[in-house]
Amino acid sequence: MIRQINRVTAVIVVLLLALIINLSYIQVFKAGDLRSQAGNQRVTLTEYSRERGPILLGSEAIAESTPTLDALKYLREYGDGSNYASITGFYSVVYGATGIESEANNVLAGNDSRFFVDRLQQLFANREPKGGAIRLTIDPDAQAAAMKSLNGRTGAVVAIDPSTGAILALASSPSFDPNLLSSHDAGDIQATYEELNADPAQPLLNRPLAMTLPPGSTFKLVTAAAALESGNYVAESQLPGPTQINLPGTDVQLGNWNDKSCGPDDITTLQAALEISCNTAFAWLGMELGADAISEQAQKFGFESEFEVPMTAAISRFPADPNKPQTAMSAIGQFDVRATALQMAMVAAGIANDGVVMNPYLISQVLGPDLTVLQSTTPSAFGRAISVENSKILRDMMVGVVTKGTASKAAISGTSVGGKTGTAENAPGEPAHAWFVGLAPSDQSKVAVAVVLQNGGGATEVSGNSLAAPIAAAVMRAVLKQ
Amino acid sequence: MSETLNRYRVSTRRSAELALLVGAWLIGVFAWILVDSATGETSFGGWTSLLSAGILLLITHGVVRWQAPYADPLLLPSVAALNMLGLAMIHRLDIAAAQRAISNGSPMPTPDVYLQLTWMLVGLVAFMLVLFFVSDHRRLQRFTFTAGFAGIALLFFPLLPIIGSEVNGARLWINFLGFTFQPGELTKVALTIFFAGFLVTRRHSLALVHKKILGVGVPRGKDVGPLLLVWFAALLVLILERDLGTSLLLFGLFIVMLYVATGRRSWVLIGSALLTVGGALAYQAFGHVRVRFNVWLDPFADANGSGFQIVQSLYGFANGGIFGTGWGQGYPQLVPFAKTDFITSALGEELGLMGLIAILLLFAIVVERGARAAVATRDPFGNLLAIGLTTVIGLQTFIVIGGVTRLVPLTGLTTPFLSYGGSSLVANYIIIALLIRISNAARAPEVTDAELVLRQDGDGSD
Repeated sequence: MIRQINRVTAVIVVLLLALIINLSYIQVFKAGDLRSQAGNQRVTLTEYSRERGPILLGSEAIAESTPTLDALKYLREYGDGSNYASITGFYSVVYGATGIESEANNVLAGNDSRFFVDRLQQLFANREPKGGAIRLTIDPDAQAAAMKSLNGRTGAVVAIDPSTGAILALASSPSFDPNLLSSHDAGDIQATYEELNADPAQPLLNRPLAMTLPPGSTFKLVTAAAALESGNYVAESQLPGPTQINLPGTDVQLGNWNDKSCGPDDITTLQAALEISCNTAFAWLGMELGADAISEQAQKFGFESEFEVPMTAAISRFPADPNKPQTAMSAIGQFDVRATALQMAMVAAGIANDGVVMNPYLISQVLGPDLTVLQSTTPSAFGRAISVENSKILRDMMVGVVTKGTASKAAISGTSVGGKTGTAENAPGEPAHAWFVGLAPSDQSKVAVAVVLQNGGGATEVSGNSLAAPIAAAVMRAVLKQ
Repeated sequence: MSETLNRYRVSTRRSAELALLVGAWLIGVFAWILVDSATGETSFGGWTSLLSAGILLLITHGVVRWQAPYADPLLLPSVAALNMLGLAMIHRLDIAAAQRAISNGSPMPTPDVYLQLTWMLVGLVAFMLVLFFVSDHRRLQRFTFTAGFAGIALLFFPLLPIIGSEVNGARLWINFLGFTFQPGELTKVALTIFFAGFLVTRRHSLALVHKKILGVGVPRGKDVGPLLLVWFAALLVLILERDLGTSLLLFGLFIVMLYVATGRRSWVLIGSALLTVGGALAYQAFGHVRVRFNVWLDPFADANGSGFQIVQSLYGFANGGIFGTGWGQGYPQLVPFAKTDFITSALGEELGLMGLIAILLLFAIVVERGARAAVATRDPFGNLLAIGLTTVIGLQTFIVIGGVTRLVPLTGLTTPFLSYGGSSLVANYIIIALLIRISNAARAPEVTDAELVLRQDGDGSD
C-alpha cells in the first residue's frame, strides 16, 4: 500500500508541475500574443489608467487628459476640438487613435524608451506614471483663421514656414469634434462614428494630407519653374498665347478661361502668361519642354514622394509617359496630375525658400512628463528644386499675379504677396476645384500657403481668386500678425 | 527519571507551526495593505477583519497544540496562507465592484470578504470540532456506511424541491436558513471515509481474485459492482446537476483509492476506460458538455460567447506575466466569477507566474505532507483515508486550475482555500483536520504499557 501511496503522490505532484509548465507557457511565451488580441481590453485599460501627456501649441494644451471616476481613469479632452481635429485626431476606446494621438502614442502614453530614466524615478518615488508631451509647430492664429475662413465648406488649407518646413496650419473642413469619439461611452462613440462615416461630406477625411485633386493652374508654377530651369526661358521670353490651340493628334481645342487671346498678336511672355493664367501658352510650353522635364521638376518639389508629418500624406502624382496632348493638359495641372494641399504648399514654400524644399513637419518638440524638452526637431531639406536666381524670378512673377493678374484678392496691404490661382476642371457637370497657393512677404518669406475648395466648396461660380485667395490672405495675415 | 522520559520524547514542532502560522497571517496582512494602498481604499475596516482572522488562527493553533500535539506542523500554516491570500483577493475584488458601482451610479454591493471571513470562522470551528470529537481517526471506520449514505444523500440534496437551487445552469446548491450551501463539497469528505472503510475490508478479495483477460487481470463481476455503482452515481450527478467537476473529482478519487487499496493497476485502466466512455457518452448526449469541450479546443472561436470566461481568464494570466501587475493594479474583475472558479486568474494577473508558483508550492506542500501522513500512519484505514483526502485536495486543485488555464476542459470547481465559498472552505478545513489527526497518530510515539506507567508517574511529579 505504501508503494501505491507514493506513486499516487508522485502523480499528483506531476499534475501540479504540469500546471506550472502550462502557466509558464501562457504567462511568458504566449503572453505577448494574448495581450495583442483584438478584444483584450486590458491594454486599453492600462493605457487609460495612466495620465496621457498633452498635445501642446506653445504652452497651451489642445488635447489633455483629465481624471475621471470610472474604470478608464482618464478622459481625453480637446479644448477646441473641431479646429484641431485634423491634427490631433481622436483617441477612442473603440476605434483606436488617429492623427498625432496615434503617431506620437508612445510618447503620449509614456511607453517611449526615452522615458526609461523617468520611469525608474517614478518607480522609486512611487509616483503615478505619466505620459510625455508633444509640442506642435501649429500657429493657433493661422489655424483659427483657416478654419474660420473655410467656414464649413469642403476644403483644406496648409500653411508652412518655408525656411524650416514647420507646418503652421493644417485645416480640414468640414471637421468633427474629437471629444465625441474620445468619450468613455462605447455606444455614443459608435453612433457618432457611424454618423460621421456615413456623412457624404466626409468629415473624418484629413483633407490637406489625404485628398489629392487636380491642382489646375496652380501647377503652372511647376511648369514655369521647369521652363526657367531648362535655361531656355526667362520671365520675358515670348510664348505663343492664342485664344485656343489645337492639341496635336486630336480635334480638341484647348482654350483660355476667358476665351481671349493672351496678348497682342497672340504673343505673350512667360511672366504675363502666369499673371493672367494663360492656358494656351502653358500648354504650348509644356509640349516644348516635354513631359520628362516637367515630371522631373515636379518630383524635385516633392511629387511622387511620401511625406510623414508624422501622419503619412498621400503621394502627389504627375502622369507617367503622357502623349503630347496629355502633356499639354498636364502642364496646366489637368489630365492625371493630382496633388494634395500639402504638396502645393510645398511648391510655394520651395519657391519662397530660395529654391530649397524643406521636409514638412508638425512636431517641434518631444517633452518628458515634467515638460522638459527631450528632443527638438531639426529642420531638414528635402532637396533643391530650383536655383536661387530662378526662385527670385518666380517670386517676382507670383507677386505680379497678385498685383496685376488673377489673384488680386490675396493682397495684404503693406506686404508684397505672391500667389497663383487655380480653377481645376472636373468631370463634366461637376463644379471645379478652386485653388490658391501663395507666399508672403515675397522677399524673406515667412509663410507659404495652399488653399483648395473641393468642388468650389459648394459655390456656383468657381474661381480661385474669389473663393480661395481670400482664405489664403486671412491665413497669411494671421501668420504675419497683420 | 526525567532523563528516561526524554529518550522517548518526540519533538512536537508546535513552535515551528506557530511561527509559520504567524508568517502565513502576515502574508495576508501585507497583501491586504498592498491592495488598500494600490486602490486608495481605506473604508473597508480591514484591521478588524485581519485581527479576527489572526486571533482565529491562534486559537486553532492552541487547539492543535492541545488535541494533536504531534501533528504535522506544515499543514495548518500552508492552508492558512492560502486562506489569507484568498481573503485578500476577495477584498480586492470587492473594491473593484465598489468602484464600478460608484462609476455606474448603481447601489453599492455588499462586500463578500466579511461573509468569507465568517465562513473561515465556521471552517476553523469545524476544524477544531473534528479534532475534539475524532480523537482517533480509526473510530471513523465504524461510520463507513453512514458516511457513504450521507455522502450520496448530500450529493442529491440540491435536486430536492424548495431547498435545491440552480445557479448558472448547475444545480449544486441548497438554501438553508438564508445561507446557500454546496453539499457536494461535504460529499467528498464523507465518500472518502466511506471508500476507505469499504475498501480496507475488501481490498484482499479485490486484489487477489481475478481472471486474466488478454494478459490483464480483471476482477470478478461482483467485485466490480461497487465501482460501477459509483461510476453510475457520478454520471447521474453529471446529468442531473450538470456538475462536471464534482463527478470527475469523485470518480478520480475512487479510482485512486481502489488502486492504493488493491495495488492493482488494472483498476486504473478500467477506471480510465470507463471515464473515457462516460465522457464520450456525455459529449454525445449533452449540449453543455459539447460546448465545454469545444471551448477547450478553441476558446477564441467564440471569444465573446461560450469562450468568454476562459478567454478573459487567459488575458488575465497574460497581463500578469512573470511578476504580475501587483496587488490592486490589474483588472481581475474583468474575468467572470473571479472570486470563485476563476480566482486563480485573478491571482495570476496580480501576482504573476512567480506568485502562482508560490501558491502551487503551498498546495504541493499540503499534498506532500498529507501523503507523508498516509505513509507514516500505522493502520491501513488511516493509510487509505489520508491518501484519499490528500488526493481530493490535489486533484481538485488540478481540475480547477487546469480548467481556468485551458490545460483541461473547464468543469467548474472551487479552488481549495482560495475561492469565495463557504461550503468549500468548511469541507477543506475538515479535510485538513482529519489529516492533522492522522499525522498526529503517525508521529506520536508508540506508547507501551511500561511507558504509560512512567508517564503517569511523571505527570504526578510535574
